Amino acid sequence: MAGAARADNSGDLVLSSLTKRFGAFTAVDDVDLRIPQGSFFALLGPSGCGKTTTLRMVAGLEQPTAGEVRIGAHDITYDKPYRRPVNTVFQSYALFPHLSVRENVAFGLKRRRSSQVDKLVADVLELTELQALAARKPGQLSGGQQQRVALARAIVNKPAVLLLDEPLGALDLKLRRQMQVELKRIQTEVGLTFVHVTHDQEEAMTMADTIAVMNAGRIEQLGAPAELYENPATTFTANFLGQSNLIRATVRDRQPDSATVALPSGTLRVPASRLPAGIDDVWVGVRPEKISVESEPTGPSGASNRIAGLVVTDASFMGVSTQYLVRTPWGQELMVFEQNRGRAAIHRPGDKVSLSFSAEHTFALDAGQDVEAGIDLDETPS
Amino acid sequence: MTATSAAPAARSRRRIAGLPYLLLLPGMLWLGVFFVVPMVFLLSQSLQTGTLETGYRLTFHFATYSDSLAQFSRQFVRSFEYAFLATVLALLISYPLAYAIALKSGRWKPVLLVVVVAPFFTSFLLRTLAWQTILNSDGLVMKFFRGTHLIELTSALGWTNGSQLLSSPLAVVTGLTYNFLPFMTLPLFASLDRLDPRLLEAAGDLYATPLTAFRRVTLPISMPGVVAGTLLTFIPAAGDYINSQLLGNPQTAMIGQVIEGYFLRINDYPTAAALSFALMFTILVLVSVYVRKSGTEELV
Repeated sequence: MAGAARADNSGDLVLSSLTKRFGAFTAVDDVDLRIPQGSFFALLGPSGCGKTTTLRMVAGLEQPTAGEVRIGAHDITYDKPYRRPVNTVFQSYALFPHLSVRENVAFGLKRRRSSQVDKLVADVLELTELQALAARKPGQLSGGQQQRVALARAIVNKPAVLLLDEPLGALDLKLRRQMQVELKRIQTEVGLTFVHVTHDQEEAMTMADTIAVMNAGRIEQLGAPAELYENPATTFTANFLGQSNLIRATVRDRQPDSATVALPSGTLRVPASRLPAGIDDVWVGVRPEKISVESEPTGPSGASNRIAGLVVTDASFMGVSTQYLVRTPWGQELMVFEQNRGRAAIHRPGDKVSLSFSAEHTFALDAGQDVEAGIDLDETPS
Repeated sequence: MTATSAAPAARSRRRIAGLPYLLLLPGMLWLGVFFVVPMVFLLSQSLQTGTLETGYRLTFHFATYSDSLAQFSRQFVRSFEYAFLATVLALLISYPLAYAIALKSGRWKPVLLVVVVAPFFTSFLLRTLAWQTILNSDGLVMKFFRGTHLIELTSALGWTNGSQLLSSPLAVVTGLTYNFLPFMTLPLFASLDRLDPRLLEAAGDLYATPLTAFRRVTLPISMPGVVAGTLLTFIPAAGDYINSQLLGNPQTAMIGQVIEGYFLRINDYPTAAALSFALMFTILVLVSVYVRKSGTEELV
């Protein structure tokens, strides 16, 4: 696992062969995960992918059908929720409406008969900037404030693992951005293990050290945000995490460091490290922002990959960038984000263009997979 | 009324300024005619002297209050004792019932609610008479009490007389509990039905055992229902005169029976009115203290 690997793994959260079935439906399918102590870990996936069920099994709110949940060497699979060193920030916040902010935050400490309730509560209220609201009832707070109370109520207990179930889902975009930064700051400050469940890929990439992309009850791919984004291993990850142009191609010539793949017209080079071994039918992928658009006819270019003979079908100027849709000679539409550096004129629909991009930004995936996997799920922009 | 006449002037911008008052009018009229006027009448009657034959005159004879209260203090106190017992019993029976209907019944919820309300489809009097049959000497309940020798225990405690269940304090309190049970169950159901089960998950997540979660979350959140239910049970039970009459004996007489007797048989209106007023005032005081103590103002 990339990221926060530690020699001391006594507090790691470990899921082994964790499975949950509801009747004939398998919500979580044989999941194996090790989440290092102190890391900010995101479980990312569309709704219904099993991420919330996984979280609820860690919290003890759902009984696994098979497998186990451990924290370090301690098996907590069948422990009651109130006996686990785990706290949850619920999607709906689930604040106690009859208690003040202070009493809500003190709830867990009092149940464990902490000897310094007042001090710990005061500290966490300061950390979450809630001192001024301590005497209010949840009903008198805004959504963002309630979110902070839910967070304070959980972290004050210093759990071995803090679970966050779509914690920012109910907030508007601006507040969500603000809280992402805030959450990250608090996590760094308290140093607890955060397991964050979300369907928002941007939220996961902003905050997490490690992301596990989940699909249909399984872990699709695991890694640091940049690694997942640059090296998607499946079409699902390629489409769900950002956007990808995937073109059907056939491997022609394998060299030690790179290979040539044939498109319906023309060829591209793909680094050998990003080519699935032993498979000749592939999807060749490139991220829209890695491509530059040039008017035809073009002069010689330094870029190692080029697709020629395309026509612009749509151009949307978005300020920081221009988003193009271009049609290939074989009739496929590709997407390009070109940053607005103020150098070139914007291409217009109908313009003849060619695309160029570096071979190292080109990846290839097994063509046995659904090219549409992960597209248009939840909040993935279309 | 000034608001309604002012309304046309502001019609262009605040057309409905007087509307709330207008909507209040029928209710206020109803209250005035059927509550305030009879109350004033009753108060005046309690301070009158005379007889039915010679007619009554308002003489501000306050002694009626002290005389009648002194004479019927036993029945007065007993009414509150029985009402209190019936309220506690109804609460103990209703809380688990309402909890189960609200949180555990699933698709049976509507059916169970109809079952709770079903007794209202027959008359209060008939239902109480039915209890005479249920508790009589040949009934199953009596057989059970005799067979288990429970009857000897209840007699020793003074809850029953001799070898029967009827005509006893036990029967009266049972009748009161039964008759006012839906008034306890329905408000409790209403408050428990709004309880978000995720709050209980959150309590468990924050180290509360199921019992603690009940004490710290469920119970406080359902307090408005508990208060409403106990009031709706206690108040009518304290003034009830049917249950004691049909299921009790002269030693279980409640103040409602005394008032009924003085109004309808003895025709001593001042005494009956004075006792009615004293009862109302006592209930009002008890209820205010109770509502204040239970501190539910912010919860509703």
